[in-house]
Amino acid sequence: MPLRDDDGPIEDRWTRVSLGEALVEFSILEFSGVDERGEEIETRKPSALGFHVANDVDVHTVVPWFERVALISVDFPSFADGRGFSLGRKFRAMGFRGRLRATGPVIADQYAYLRACGFDEVEPPERVSNRQPEAHWKAAAKAITAGYQRGYPGPSNILEARRAARDIRR
Amino acid sequence: MYRYDEFDAAFVRERSAQFRDQVQRRLTGALTEEEFRPLRLMNGLYLQLHAYMLRLAIPYGAMRGEQMRHLAMIAERYDRGYGHFTTRQNIQFNWPKLKDVPDILDHLADVEMHAIQSSGNCIRNTTSDPYAGAAPDEIEDPRITGEMIRQWSSLHPEFMFLGRKFKIAVSATEEDRAAIKVHDIGIQIVRNEAGEAGYKVLVGGGLGRTPMIGKVLREFLPKADLLPYLEATLRVYNLFGRRDNKYKARIKILVHKLGIEEYAARVEEEFASLDKSPELDADEYRRIAAYFALPAFKAAAEESVLLERMQREDAGFAAWVKRNVHPHRQPGYAIATISLKPIGGAPGDATAEQMRLMAAVAEAHSLDELRVTHEQNIVLPHVRKDELYLVWSKLKSQGLDAPNKGMVTDIIACPGLDYCNLATARSIPVAQNIAETFADPAMQEKIGPLSIKISGCINACGHHHIGHIGILGLDKAGVESYQITLGGESTETAAIGERVGPGFSYGEVTGAIETLIETYLDQRETGETFLQTYRRVGLTAFKETLYAAA
Repeated sequence: MPLRDDDGPIEDRWTRVSLGEALVEFSILEFSGVDERGEEIETRKPSALGFHVANDVDVHTVVPWFERVALISVDFPSFADGRGFSLGRKFRAMGFRGRLRATGPVIADQYAYLRACGFDEVEPPERVSNRQPEAHWKAAAKAITAGYQRGYPGPSNILEARRAARDIRR
Repeated sequence: MYRYDEFDAAFVRERSAQFRDQVQRRLTGALTEEEFRPLRLMNGLYLQLHAYMLRLAIPYGAMRGEQMRHLAMIAERYDRGYGHFTTRQNIQFNWPKLKDVPDILDHLADVEMHAIQSSGNCIRNTTSDPYAGAAPDEIEDPRITGEMIRQWSSLHPEFMFLGRKFKIAVSATEEDRAAIKVHDIGIQIVRNEAGEAGYKVLVGGGLGRTPMIGKVLREFLPKADLLPYLEATLRVYNLFGRRDNKYKARIKILVHKLGIEEYAARVEEEFASLDKSPELDADEYRRIAAYFALPAFKAAAEESVLLERMQREDAGFAAWVKRNVHPHRQPGYAIATISLKPIGGAPGDATAEQMRLMAAVAEAHSLDELRVTHEQNIVLPHVRKDELYLVWSKLKSQGLDAPNKGMVTDIIACPGLDYCNLATARSIPVAQNIAETFADPAMQEKIGPLSIKISGCINACGHHHIGHIGILGLDKAGVESYQITLGGESTETAAIGERVGPGFSYGEVTGAIETLIETYLDQRETGETFLQTYRRVGLTAFKETLYAAA
């Protein structure tokens, strides 16, 4: 499905596999320990594992994986189901530094909110993305240039701008 | 009054332009109706029975004369010459066209107004005490906190797609005029033992299909912690609230299911993990507070000779003063309520002409301030006692002098079947019939304070659960049927009304109210109000007389 971030459409280098069908290139799997002969096995770098979570996942079960995965995709079953916003926010607050993806029928008008909640990219289904050309995403992303909430990444924060203005006046 | 700085002004302009673009994308089909719906709702635009309805936000119910005059202009230019003030301290226009809405929003931005989050599954417009800044009993002005919350909640990136709507009310007095116990979050400004002002936070109150009284989430919250604490409270709701059934999606259901202790524990855990910067919030609080500094009151004696004399000379004026005028914090001043409940009128409606008159009166006699109340009336918060007679005379010229605040004819009603596509029964005509039955001022005086609230469906927009007498209009096999509840109340002793028994037809309901009121007059002890009598004698006495004939 189409994938995009701040720069527009991007190539999706991820392949989704489901449990029981996963055949993954051995070299990308992390494994450490000893083999059957008792010899130590080289630890491989987990450079390319990610997982997809439902939006009611227990955050605490995911945290131990933060250092081991490069991408977490959060399910948005409907664009009106906003649990994923808080989930993204919590993942970031609890230390996830990898790539965060919103997967599901999110719309251009939500892109700025998703970014503010820590998401890097969105993967809407074709039926949604076909109706929303690139220009809509670009325009929606900068529709509001400054917001009131502290601590949410975004273009600009009004409270801090006010403080800066006060400092200049002093 | 708060005034926008350049940042607020730019924000509202951008929001208006964003909505114009959303409307365009709806018209071209880039957005489906399903996608557009929440976007228009979070900007106050409903699709109603006959047309679109636009609900504007009036933060904490406060307005200047200029803003009210602008509403009059919008009513004339884009509606049918009137507007409807709501129980959420807002105003609704029932006949705008979709194509005009972006222009209306631009007009609003001209006078520092907007329609942001006046509907939708997001944090709604914050409500407060209509007597804020004028009440003698307040700890500090709740509008400062209301404005903090307005800004914080505006387009909050995390909380625009909640499970359901979310309403916050702020009060700063022991006597609760903001109905904080029936809000998703109720905030009461209190003092701790050290004398510092802070917040008592309630959660999980609400009306609708499952009415509940809010529970205490935090006994005392330092002021600088408010916004992070709200963030934590909302996040727990957003993550754990139900999404499978919209009628079980409000925070009250989650609080009820988890229990208040567990809910509070989750909020505290979340709150503890947040990065707070209390000094920035405290700076912002001080900045906003400066706008709400006490206005320039004129020194005056507490008693007004003119007021006393005119009450003796004019019985109509005396009745209005008795019912519609409330004590003020400043000697020589009073708080006056303009009732939007003339006998036979639609509760909360005002014509453009009436709006312009109210604007002019506010500018001339109330330090340019007006408030919308959750009882669908308008308050002039700062009137000099010497000018009350002049104010009343001016209001009278447009039929705005009904002396019935808090009385049996001061009825709250939702738009009902006449306007709303959710309604199952008429509400406004029921209110009109009851008001006409008790129109006689002497009769109203005899009955004393009594609140009747009418909802035209189970969603309870008319707040029937908290009426001393509540009326809920339902549809029983294609026929309107009205259920009556008794003993509801919205203040510091808030209670959900108890259902009295089987419903009444449209033709019977006014008679049923008469019977209830007769029962009260028979049963009451000297000086008792309807609610006091009800609480003393209980439901049975009323039930017996009500169903005796059947």
